[in-house]
Amino acid sequence: MESGNTILNATSLVNRIRGVKETENLSDIDDYISRLKREKLTKTVVLVGVTTSSVAAGAIETKSAIENYIAERELDIDIVEVGSNGLCSFEPLMDVQIPGKSRIVFRNVKANDVPFILDGTLNNYLPPDNVVGQYRSQLHQPWMGIPFLDEIAFFKGQSRDILALSGIISPASIEEYIAFGGYSAFTMAISRLTLEDVCNTIEKSGLRGRGGGGFNTGQKWKMALAETANQKYFVCNADESDPGAFMHRLMMESNPHQIIEGIAIASYAIGASKAYLYTRNRYSITVQRLENAIQQAYNAGLLGHNILDSGFSLEIILRKGPGAYVCGEETALISSLEGKRGAPTLKPPFPTQKGLFGKPTVVNNVETIANIPLILRKGAENFALKGTEKSKGTKLFSVSGKVNITCLVEVPLGVSISTLVELAQGVPKGRKLKAIQMGGPSGGCTVPEKMNTPIDFETLKAEGLAMGSGGITVLDDTVCIIDTIKFFINFIQYESCGKCIPCREGSRRMYEILESITRRPVNDEGHNTLERFKGIILLESLAEVMRDTSLCGLGQTAPNPVLSALKSFREEFEEHIFDRKCAASVCRNLRTFYIDVDKCTGCSACAKKCPTNAIIGTPRSPYFVVEEKCIGCGVCETTCKFGAVFFK
Amino acid sequence: MVEKILQKYSHAGRDSLIPILQEIQDSIGYLSEESIEMLSTHLNLASSKIYGLATFYNQFRFKAKGKCHIQVCHGTACHLLGAVTIIEQIEKQLLVKVGQTTRNGNFSLEVVSCMGACAHSPVIQVNGVFRSHLTEATFKELLEELIETYRTVNK
Ligand SMILES: Cc1cc2nc3c(=O)[nH]c(=O)nc-3n(C[C@H](O)[C@H](O)[C@H](O)COP(=O)(O)O)c2cc1C
Repeated sequence: MESGNTILNATSLVNRIRGVKETENLSDIDDYISRLKREKLTKTVVLVGVTTSSVAAGAIETKSAIENYIAERELDIDIVEVGSNGLCSFEPLMDVQIPGKSRIVFRNVKANDVPFILDGTLNNYLPPDNVVGQYRSQLHQPWMGIPFLDEIAFFKGQSRDILALSGIISPASIEEYIAFGGYSAFTMAISRLTLEDVCNTIEKSGLRGRGGGGFNTGQKWKMALAETANQKYFVCNADESDPGAFMHRLMMESNPHQIIEGIAIASYAIGASKAYLYTRNRYSITVQRLENAIQQAYNAGLLGHNILDSGFSLEIILRKGPGAYVCGEETALISSLEGKRGAPTLKPPFPTQKGLFGKPTVVNNVETIANIPLILRKGAENFALKGTEKSKGTKLFSVSGKVNITCLVEVPLGVSISTLVELAQGVPKGRKLKAIQMGGPSGGCTVPEKMNTPIDFETLKAEGLAMGSGGITVLDDTVCIIDTIKFFINFIQYESCGKCIPCREGSRRMYEILESITRRPVNDEGHNTLERFKGIILLESLAEVMRDTSLCGLGQTAPNPVLSALKSFREEFEEHIFDRKCAASVCRNLRTFYIDVDKCTGCSACAKKCPTNAIIGTPRSPYFVVEEKCIGCGVCETTCKFGAVFFK
Repeated sequence: MVEKILQKYSHAGRDSLIPILQEIQDSIGYLSEESIEMLSTHLNLASSKIYGLATFYNQFRFKAKGKCHIQVCHGTACHLLGAVTIIEQIEKQLLVKVGQTTRNGNFSLEVVSCMGACAHSPVIQVNGVFRSHLTEATFKELLEELIETYRTVNK
């Protein structure tokens, strides 16, 4: 960015926040900052949300359509990629800001909607179907008749601190992050605070780990700080791998510098000169944005040797996890960083004593880290204003499954579970809420009657639920609970590292028990049904053994989904076992097939294929399925050329 | 290509093993036997150890991808919306098994634990391109299109 003879860049901004007098004119810099914050625009800007999630919805195509639109008409308009504002179901999202006017957000902007929407907007007409709302700003003239975002239920019901800039700033620009106050906490810390000061502030704030455990972060740091060693490491755990959880990916993609600043502060606080950021190789957009952010921070002198002459040096290394669920566990993650199989190790020794390469190491979840710059900037007391007595601050949740709006939200800890379902606007029309599954494969599910349970670490634990990392899946009456927990157990048995027997064998057996009750026995003689029911009784004791004897959290928590489902949905288990029925018609092997007499031509193809000879009839007249013999395999359905076979 | 990568890591230790394997896979598409042998000599580490590590992680593959590489998301949201049927149908219609490549090298199929696009499930990726909100009809159309395209490729 040029201004007079000097070039304004991240370094000038860093100097500005440090109060270093440079040759540049201060008012030039302030002007630059207000342009970066888009308070003052010289030309129209179109902003497209490009994230892992929106790309699946066609955001790349939308962006090209915008580029074409601008090129064809030879318009002088900027295009900027931004992150996500959390409204994932409304993707692709596009914002438009015309100089002097408020920034406006459009939803579901497919490539071929672009000309229509831009034609309208540039001529003062906003297509109502696509408008979400407008940003509130004193400096801009609002659009008439368009709601402000902070009036919309989705945003009104949230408390956005970590996500304050998500979807607003360009994740590719360190300048924009600094303009909004970024890196001020880090520069303040290394120039004015001692290591103990930082640890104390974080401890006082009451911040607890967001990776599931809920350990007090400041205390963890102090444990590492107290160790004497020639080298300490900080590791940021961004290996989000719960199926159905996507909040950390979107958070990082929307504001990567917040993470880099958090890592820098944490490393300073524990005296680490080397930090690792471990995310998944698969998350290519996340990886690319983090790599770029690290590089920009180096270029601006915020990382590297003797940062801003403070005497503190820091190297941040991005590692791309090759994909293993168990590598989210801290000791397994450390093994993976060392170039080994990601198998967990016994604790103690804790990583804070003997971690990466045998040195004191702090492992923190990426959301924990995202809180750090904000706590230092606004103060520990401010952070502690939100949340409950023992669970302070806000928490990110991704709400998906059978909801109207799959979304990423940030709410203060202590709100009820129903708040999250309401933010996602409930289950689809005509359906009934059945259960809410929290904490991924190591969590549990709860029933609608318990929806007023406050979300904090202690209450959830007491209810047999888990915060996990914050993935929430909403289930309606089309979902079979047994099938859902079978999915989780299958995931666990596949991802079990195999090091300890309770987890490796236990999860496998558990899967088999669940499999056996979702399948019709080929012959049901003797005490077969009773045997299967015994499986359920054994599930409970098997779960206990796994919980008590597994090496790491993976095996210890694996039975949770099963136990909580047994508690709340016992009838559904019994229905599967005794009636061999799946009310939601999801367990396919429990289906019974029927033949539509009007469509059947009597070709006898299905009867010949049926493994249990359950289909009888005479050629050239409609066939019939003997219900008692049918094992629900579905061969008849795939064999039938006339679509005459159906199931209930 | 593998030599070039190894040159870059001339003084690498064990902790660089994963990044090196990732670079090899990025450049040649999979971990070939030769590349593992070379790496084993380079790092002075038994190739069995390298295999032991590589087979542990989901990312690494030991066979080339098909011309058409299909990745199916099997996260919770996609599971609820029929990911299992999608996987079954692909296996049945394209005659490919999960984790494998067809003998003619046309198709390969991979199941991924969660793509993070839960708002747009069920999702799959065909050669890196997302197909989202699949319905019975659009999925059927997609399969037909793929069969048609790769049948002509073979001729
Ligand atoms: C099976 C398993 C998977 C885990 N996955 C993650 C994960 O994906 N991300 C994460 O931050 N922590 C995960 N954890 C928790 C970590 O072991 C560790 O407690 C956490 O990273 C500490 O950071 P915090 O104190 O900031 O929460 C997992 C634990 C277990 C047992």
